Amino acid sequence: MNPIVKGAVLVGALLVVGAGVVTGLRGTPPAEARPPLTIAAASDLKFALDELLQDFRAKNPGADVRVTYGSSGNFLAQLSQGAPFDVFLSADVTYPRELVQQGLVEGDVFLYGVGRLVVWVPEGSPLPVDTQGLEALRSPAARRIAIANPQHAPYGRAAQAALESQGLLPELQERLVLGENIAQTAQFVQSGNADAGLIALALALAPAMKKAGHYVEVPLGAYPRMEQGGALLKTAKDPALARRFRDTLLGAEGKALLRRYGFFLPGE
Amino acid sequence: MDTAALGLSLRLAAWTTLLLLVLGLPLAAWLAQTRWRFKFLVEALVALPLVLPPTVLGFYLLVAMGPRGVLGPAFEALVGHSLPFSFAGLLLGSVLYSLPFAVQPFTVALAGVDRRLLEASWCLGVSRPRTFLRVVLPLAFPGILSGMVLTFAHTLGEFGVVLMVGGNLEGRTRTASIAIYDAVQALDYAAAGRTSLVLLGVSFTVLVLTYGARRAGGAPWGVRS
Repeated sequence: MNPIVKGAVLVGALLVVGAGVVTGLRGTPPAEARPPLTIAAASDLKFALDELLQDFRAKNPGADVRVTYGSSGNFLAQLSQGAPFDVFLSADVTYPRELVQQGLVEGDVFLYGVGRLVVWVPEGSPLPVDTQGLEALRSPAARRIAIANPQHAPYGRAAQAALESQGLLPELQERLVLGENIAQTAQFVQSGNADAGLIALALALAPAMKKAGHYVEVPLGAYPRMEQGGALLKTAKDPALARRFRDTLLGAEGKALLRRYGFFLPGE
Repeated sequence: MDTAALGLSLRLAAWTTLLLLVLGLPLAAWLAQTRWRFKFLVEALVALPLVLPPTVLGFYLLVAMGPRGVLGPAFEALVGHSLPFSFAGLLLGSVLYSLPFAVQPFTVALAGVDRRLLEASWCLGVSRPRTFLRVVLPLAFPGILSGMVLTFAHTLGEFGVVLMVGGNLEGRTRTASIAIYDAVQALDYAAAGRTSLVLLGVSFTVLVLTYGARRAGGAPWGVRS
């Protein structure tokens, strides 16, 4: 390389790195009048909560609400170690109850919904789930069946229990693939990498899933009821805002939304 | 401690190292001696996994290996099962993921061999392949060994790619790093700690042996002073 080209390349590289550093510094939001409200939510809430938050932001101008979706077990582990979330919406009420034991919760655990399990197959699947439900999974065409990891995902435990109650587990055990959480489980089957999946109704109703396949609900009696609970953390920077969010979720508006997005309400 | 998961990780690392030795050496040999003006493009491609997040690799693999992907149907017709959620799928991912860890040290090692020695060998009537085996390989061996060790250690702790395409099958795709992640999520910190400790121990030992060998006179990077 001649020296001029060399110099040009060096200057170019420095400019790129410099631009990155500058935008990085500039990108930090200015100190706000109000600290953000941070929510850790189970992945099955993704679509319902996104819509609820649009509304909540509109009603609370100036409130900066940020949500992280993931696995409830992971959030519990992180929250126990002091992760900076103000609100925890778990897919299972036992997790927030653990936080109460640890003395990290403001007030008490609240119930906001009941998760529903469905069998989902991609469009064009030869599996007769419409007529046979779970029984259809016996077919050799269901070579890979995706469920969430029963070790730490509530929907995974529900899926395992449903298969067991139908006497299908011993036969299908070898064909199960485990998603890290219920959203990844949905992704496995939506992409066609698994032939069938046991996923949350809340995810089966998502636009990307609706287009790609169809589902049949697993009868509620086939698995233990999935009470979904949440908690407000003592470390919340703006407790009043956190409470207002909880009240929106538990109020008429939140209830209607949760029902529309595939949850039963507590007590239903 | 999850011995099945640790065993699987060791097996995956061993197979990846072996495959990268077979595939990486010819590529490194070509990179070491070619004068092609676009060589830098190939070098950049080889180095990509150093900077790409494993999730990117995992995502592309999942799409490519799926029933609608470019590799999926062909592989399934060949073997009878799909690539995702199988050891073969993890192996493909690991080979791509650890490519630079093998090819870069190999290339440096091979480039460091004095060309006059090769020419002397050829002049004495030794064929090119035999010269490569009897002259080049022994001289470049420390660098090749360090590439293999790094590949092994790097694959041992692989997480992102496996999380994306593995499906967490016991004995088949649940590697040590996944088992640790699962144990933490299930709040079983004791099990996570035990498996982590073994992984830490093995990784550290491997690196100590490599750097120890370098001090002892073998130059693992193929740099000859």
